[in-house]
Amino acid sequence: MSATTIRLGGKKVLASVEGLSFRYPDSQKPAVKDVSLEIGEGEVVLLAGPSGCGKSTLLRCLNGLIPHMYPGDYRGGVTVSGLKVADTPMSTLSQSVGLLFQNPENQIFMFSVERDVAFGLQNLSVPREEMRARVDEAMRLLGISDLAQRAPHELSDGQKQRAALAGVMAMRPKVIILDEPTSLLDPKTALDVVSLIGRLNRELGITFIVVEHRLELLIPIADRLIVMDSGSKVMDGPPREVLADPRVEGYGVSVPPVSRLYNALSRDGVRLPRVPETPEEMAEELNAL
Amino acid sequence: MTALSDVSLTVREGETVAIVGENGAGKTTLVRHANGLLKPTKGSVLVDGVDTRETTTATLSRKVGIAFQNPDHQLFSDSVENEVSFALRNFRFPEELVAKRLDWALNFFGLEQYRKSSPLILSGGEKKRLTLACILAWDPEVVVLDEPTVGQDSLQKEKLAQVFRMLQSTGKTIVIVSHDVEFLWPIQPRLLVMSGGRVVADGEISKIMADRELLEGARVTQPQLLRLYSGLRSRPATPFLDVPDARAWVAGGRAGRGVG
Ligand SMILES: Nc1ncnc2c1ncn2[C@@H]1O[C@H](COP(=O)(O)OP(=O)(O)OP(=O)(O)O)[C@@H](O)[C@H]1O
Ligand SMILES: Nc1ncnc2c1ncn2[C@@H]1O[C@H](COP(=O)(O)OP(=O)(O)OP(=O)(O)O)[C@@H](O)[C@H]1O
Ligand SMILES: [Mg+2]
Ligand SMILES: [Mg+2]
Repeated sequence: MSATTIRLGGKKVLASVEGLSFRYPDSQKPAVKDVSLEIGEGEVVLLAGPSGCGKSTLLRCLNGLIPHMYPGDYRGGVTVSGLKVADTPMSTLSQSVGLLFQNPENQIFMFSVERDVAFGLQNLSVPREEMRARVDEAMRLLGISDLAQRAPHELSDGQKQRAALAGVMAMRPKVIILDEPTSLLDPKTALDVVSLIGRLNRELGITFIVVEHRLELLIPIADRLIVMDSGSKVMDGPPREVLADPRVEGYGVSVPPVSRLYNALSRDGVRLPRVPETPEEMAEELNAL
Repeated sequence: MTALSDVSLTVREGETVAIVGENGAGKTTLVRHANGLLKPTKGSVLVDGVDTRETTTATLSRKVGIAFQNPDHQLFSDSVENEVSFALRNFRFPEELVAKRLDWALNFFGLEQYRKSSPLILSGGEKKRLTLACILAWDPEVVVLDEPTVGQDSLQKEKLAQVFRMLQSTGKTIVIVSHDVEFLWPIQPRLLVMSGGRVVADGEISKIMADRELLEGARVTQPQLLRLYSGLRSRPATPFLDVPDARAWVAGGRAGRGVG
């Protein structure tokens, strides 16, 4: 059975992971265990699973931090945008793959926010004017234009995350990998970031791989939801199907309240004509009962 | 620049207070005043009647435990177990009690397997839980948690909600800063909304969360169950607090209408 091939349809495979296992030095068990998956060009893929299950480790394998910066026991292979990650230097990989770190503080270190946002772009051969325009746009979209001259350590934690996000988005690489991009954002900004992801995906065809616990935010723009547990991939499919699977709550996946209610009502024998994705849709369905 | 302007508020013993508001609103700055980590440049902060400028953070910390928003600013020990026992030993808990509390905290937060590991190798969510474990292990009178749900999966969040219920039942005072409105809603805390360095609202969460204009100004959104409730044509007198609540209402309505 090859669900992946069917799902990818005619789409070109942009990233593929084959039999990947990784164990950090001194740890008994591998953080990623025999994971295989394919990601199609232009997909928005969500990655979820319990804290400590290996999500960030898998992301590091995709952008090359593993094996280039982290030592450990590495098996299997990862290919992104035609490049074999283990054999390609980070400087080359970073032209195609951008990663937002889980902790933004590990990513911003220049003397001003503006410098940080421009940092990644400087290594791509983007003309000066376009660089200026992209930096300004990214800062504007993330609502940090008025913080441009601030030193990153003088920002609130959410403002730091916004600055780090602006830097990754400004680069517009083929693949953008986001490790909990809304974890420190206020709810409205989190929504703005989700629509920005959707827009970059639609308009520029950028592929997104996003780790996130606040699923209710990302579900509307996601093509696919992958769930990991103890280093292994345990579920993979369209978000609606995965969320309707009774196993999913056991993996600590934060099923949004509306989806949990839908599942509970189904168990009670209440069949709603459609699967509501928002509370407003759920209200309409219940009003029609 | 002033991060806070003209903030006045009183938190009573045993209260649960949540603080929401846009990035940069001043939430972290405000709660850092609770144990004297920051002292006001104007006005004053009293903790249990004592002015924070007239005592030390070390003294205040016996009463007020703060778990930081960024774990990397809190964690400093060479091992997970030393991290948790540090405060306990510092406050001169007997060794037996240190061992007992340490076991409880590591177990509860799923960190037992990392007892001897360096905090540096933990995953993001694990680091966050370690900061919570450190504070809750010594059981301060006032528990201040800055974004405790960051990086937590739903099972861990459920455990955290359980901790809140436990703390509430033992009369502790809780202050929680959070963007996670879905987590806050079922707890039904007193809610403070901050924006631009000021407290712009203070009251019952169900009243404040119904005021869309106010929320918009502070970049806060409504919890899903309240949005659902607002969209219903016929509905119960008060909003659903959790999913079982909503499920029971649907079941009741069907029975009433003689459907199912
Ligand atoms: N170390 C610092 N030096 C100077 N200004 C700072 C510093 N830390 C924060 N600020 C500024 O103070 C204001 C309040 O920041 P604070 O960290 O209290 O916000 P917050 O409400 O906790 O935001 P978040 O939701 O992003 O955590 C912001 O404008 C921020 O830029
Ligand atoms: N640098 C490291 N050295 C050794 N072990 C590590 C290191 N980083 C992570 N680990 C361990 O590997 C496992 C997977 O960690 P990872 O950070 O990938 O989890 P995660 O799914 O991203 O968790 P979270 O949701 O909490 O961020 C955990 O057991 C963690 O303790
Ligand atoms: Mg992680
Ligand atoms: Mg803060």
